[in-house]
Amino acid sequence: MEKKIITTPIDDAQIEDLFIGDVIYLTGMLVTCRDDGHRRLVRNGIYPDFDLKGMAILHAGPIVKKTDSGFEMISIGPTTSRRMEAYEKEFIEMTGTKIVIGKGGMGAKTAQGCKEQKALHCIFPGGCAVSAATQVEEIVGVEWEDFGMPEAFWIMRVKEFGPLIVSIDTKGNNLFELNKAEFNRKKEEALEDVLKHVHYSHN
Amino acid sequence: MDNLKKLKDILVEFISVVSIHLPDDVYHSLEAMANKEDGRIGNELYGCIFDNLEKAKTLGRPLCQDTGVLQFFIKAGTKFPYLDELEETIIEATKEATEKTPLRHNVVECFTEENTGNNVGTRAPFIEWEIIPHSDELHIDLYLAGGGCSLPGRSKVLMPLEGYEGIVKYVFDTIVEWGVNACPPLVVGVGIGTCSATAALLSKKALLRPVGTHNPNPLAADMEKRMKKGLDKIGIGPLGLTGKESVQAVNIEYAAHHPATLGVGITVGCWATRRGAIDIRSDLSYDIPSHKEAR
Repeated sequence: MEKKIITTPIDDAQIEDLFIGDVIYLTGMLVTCRDDGHRRLVRNGIYPDFDLKGMAILHAGPIVKKTDSGFEMISIGPTTSRRMEAYEKEFIEMTGTKIVIGKGGMGAKTAQGCKEQKALHCIFPGGCAVSAATQVEEIVGVEWEDFGMPEAFWIMRVKEFGPLIVSIDTKGNNLFELNKAEFNRKKEEALEDVLKHVHYSHN
Repeated sequence: MDNLKKLKDILVEFISVVSIHLPDDVYHSLEAMANKEDGRIGNELYGCIFDNLEKAKTLGRPLCQDTGVLQFFIKAGTKFPYLDELEETIIEATKEATEKTPLRHNVVECFTEENTGNNVGTRAPFIEWEIIPHSDELHIDLYLAGGGCSLPGRSKVLMPLEGYEGIVKYVFDTIVEWGVNACPPLVVGVGIGTCSATAALLSKKALLRPVGTHNPNPLAADMEKRMKKGLDKIGIGPLGLTGKESVQAVNIEYAAHHPATLGVGITVGCWATRRGAIDIRSDLSYDIPSHKEAR
C-alpha cells in the first residue's frame, strides 16, 4: 500500500477525507508542545514567534544534545495526550494547528474541537523514540527554553514522520473512545470469570 | 584506580545499559506477544517497536525519550565495603550518566517547580534500602520511572469483606481506564498489605520481578495467572489499539495484613519497562543478570 503523506502547511483538503484508524506520515514542520506550552498559550495568551497555522504539533519532551552548530535530536517519542485535554480545543482554535500528535486518546472536548476546526489527533507509537528521532531532519529552532529540555517548544523539520494513526478525525470520530467502550464491555465478561475463582479466604 | 571511582563507573555504565536496552525477559515477552498478533495495526505497531529497539541498540541511544526518574532498590550486604559512600556514588553516577548517555532531564524540584537539569533533587534519585545480613555483596534493582507509565499508579485500602474480588476489580478498572494510555502491553505490579503506603511499595517490588516468574505462594501465583488471562480477554493490544492480548504479566507481592484492612497498590510498567539488576561483589567484579543478551 502506498504511503499517505501529509505535507505542511496543511489545508482542509489534505485531511478531511481521513478516517479514524488510517495511517499517515508527515513531511514538513513539526513542533513539540506539551503541558507548560499549552498553559502559556491558552491560559496566558502568550504566542511563540513561530506561526502554527496549518502546522502540526507533537506532544513530546525530547532528549536533545547541544552541538557546535546547533542541536541534535537524540530521542523523541510522544507523551500522554490526555494531559493536554483541558486546553487542546482552545489551542487548536487559537493557533490553527491542523494535526495534534501524541500517544493514547483524547476526550470529547478535543474531538469537538477537531470537528469544528477540521483538525486531527493522531498517535505515534509510544516509546519508539529513536525511530522518531531518525525521522527528524533538522532542529530549526527552539523557543520557551525557560521550561527546561522536555517542555521547550522545539521546532523541527521532519520527513515522513510516522506511522501516525488517526485517532480523532475531522468528523469528530474518536477511535480511543470507541475502543474504550469495547474494553469496558469485555471487562465485565472477563471479570465475571475471574471473580468466580479468587475467593481465597476461609469459609 | 580509586575503588570509589571504579564503583561509580560501573553504575554509570549500568544506568546507560538500562536506558538503551530492554531487559531480556521483557524483550522475549514482547516477541512472544508480537507473534500472536495477526491484525494490520498490531503488526505495524510491533514492527515499529522492534525497529526502534534495534535502532536504539545500533545508535547507543535511550530507547524511549522518557528515561524517567531513576529509582534504586538496594539489597546491601552488611559487609559490602562501600556502604558509607554508596548513596553519594549513586548520585554522582546519575549526574554523569545524564550527561554521557544522555538521559532526559526529568527531575523537577518541588515548590519552585524548576527542572534541576541533572536528574538529581530532593530524594531524587529515589533510593530504597534493604539489609542483607552476613553478606559482602551488593544487589541493585534500577527502575526508570517514566511519566506515562507512572500515571495509572494508585493505591487504596479496601474493606476486608471486599476480598480478593475487590482487588481484581480495582486492578481491572485501573487498567481499562488508565492503562490504555500508558503504552501497553503493560507489566502490572500489584501489592497487597495493611495500608496504602505498604501496598504501593510492594506493587513496585512486584514490578521489579521478571516477566514469566510467579509468586512462590501457589495461591498468589494462581491469582497472577487468572488476572493476566482475564485482562488478556479484554484485548487492549499494543499501544491500546486492540489486539489478542493486553498485558505482559501480572506480578503480586504481599505482606500479611491487619484483619480490619486490605490495602492494595497498583504500579504498571509500559511495553518498554526499563529495569535492570546488577550484582556487585566486594572486589568490584560485577554481573548484570537482567541484560545478559542485550549487548
